[in-house]
Amino acid sequence: MSLARSSLALNNVRTSAVRSLATSAARRQAVAQERQPIQKEFKIYRWNPDEPAKKPTLQSYTVDLNACGPMVLDALIKIKNEVDPTLTFRRSCREGICGSCAMNIDGQNTLACLCRIDRNAGKDTKIYPLPHMYIVKDLVPDLTLFYKQYKSIEPFLKNHKLPEKGEYLQSPEDRRKLDGMYECILCACCSTSCPSYWWNQDEYLGPATLMQAYRWMADSRDTYGRERKEKLQNDLSLYRCHTIFNCARTCPKGLNPAAAIAKIKLELASE
Amino acid sequence: MLSIRAAGPGLAPAFRRTAFIQPILRNPAALRLALSKRSIQIQSLPPSASQEISDSQRIKRPSSPHFTIYQPQLTWLGSIANRVTGSALSVLLYGFAISYLTLPVIGIPFTSADIVHLAASLPDYATYTLKALLAAPFAFHSLNGLRHLGWDAGKFLTLKGAYRSGYVVLGATAASTIALVLM
Repeated sequence: MSLARSSLALNNVRTSAVRSLATSAARRQAVAQERQPIQKEFKIYRWNPDEPAKKPTLQSYTVDLNACGPMVLDALIKIKNEVDPTLTFRRSCREGICGSCAMNIDGQNTLACLCRIDRNAGKDTKIYPLPHMYIVKDLVPDLTLFYKQYKSIEPFLKNHKLPEKGEYLQSPEDRRKLDGMYECILCACCSTSCPSYWWNQDEYLGPATLMQAYRWMADSRDTYGRERKEKLQNDLSLYRCHTIFNCARTCPKGLNPAAAIAKIKLELASE
Repeated sequence: MLSIRAAGPGLAPAFRRTAFIQPILRNPAALRLALSKRSIQIQSLPPSASQEISDSQRIKRPSSPHFTIYQPQLTWLGSIANRVTGSALSVLLYGFAISYLTLPVIGIPFTSADIVHLAASLPDYATYTLKALLAAPFAFHSLNGLRHLGWDAGKFLTLKGAYRSGYVVLGATAASTIALVLM
């Protein structure tokens, strides 16, 4: 396989050399030198549901970074296309807006499509699924509970009366309160980075869901704030948050769920 | 509705190969390889059976690794340290108080005079070590408690604020541990 890959790389060298023949000899050489293969090792978590008794393992793949796109998702797709079609992962938009390719890369939860490959070939890159989740296959975690929790906070506008005419209006200042919350793509990176969520995910809602809960409390057009807050007044749904900040540290969109949760706590305390 | 399971490598590689059928036809060895790869068995199963299969998979499905693979960060390691020091200090406080009340009753010497005598008889290095072991968790837990009060009041709730306050707590812990040990 590595033989086939290196001959492929060689082909690339030849075509680029031919293409730049029209320009200058110096440039041709520069291009050829750039194409030295960088063999990078990826260690990827594997578990196959068709052999459920087999323990999960880390499988090693080597990819030439000069024949591969810059992001970790590019490497995964290259491995799946050219080396091992059984490798399973979710992906869709490849530009950080769908949230499908959330996984743990080198110890941090992030989106594979937004995470650059560390070009240091001396160090391997380890890829695990999102932490402390049931695994469907390889890098695909079961997000059923996560979506159920999101559904449980009723993530939609609720108002006791209809607007007099047209739609509910909102001042620019009130609209600005939603900035930093509405951008959440529900990739589950934050929730699965939270130690509290690891130990209590059956009852604690987790940072992603709680930030969305606050997004609807903070919306001036929503009049069900009191009911929304009442739902969180118990030991586990909200108060398992110990302001650890793993969520804000890991969010691939740069949002801050920890601050949103702290604001809910403050509002509940000062009511 | 019948659910269909394909055993073997799946259809995609075979389909992909048919796209290159022209060069393959010219090469008998490659043709044989492609044909052998296309021998896929398909089983038709009733829905009940497919439910059984996914149930049997679900029973044994693993939970992905968590703290063993997560990058060590000031955020969660600080939180764990806060917990550990808090628990240790509580155990020590309750243990010491209960011993102080009960041990003299059953004849073991543990009055204030005994404790003073014990502390005085220890060599210097032991006193300093014991003091540091007490002072460091106490300082960290108290100062980190102030940090938590700040958060609860809505202060330094940004990522930068969390990190800065974390480093301030660590620095202040080091300074006050030294001060307490030298007291």
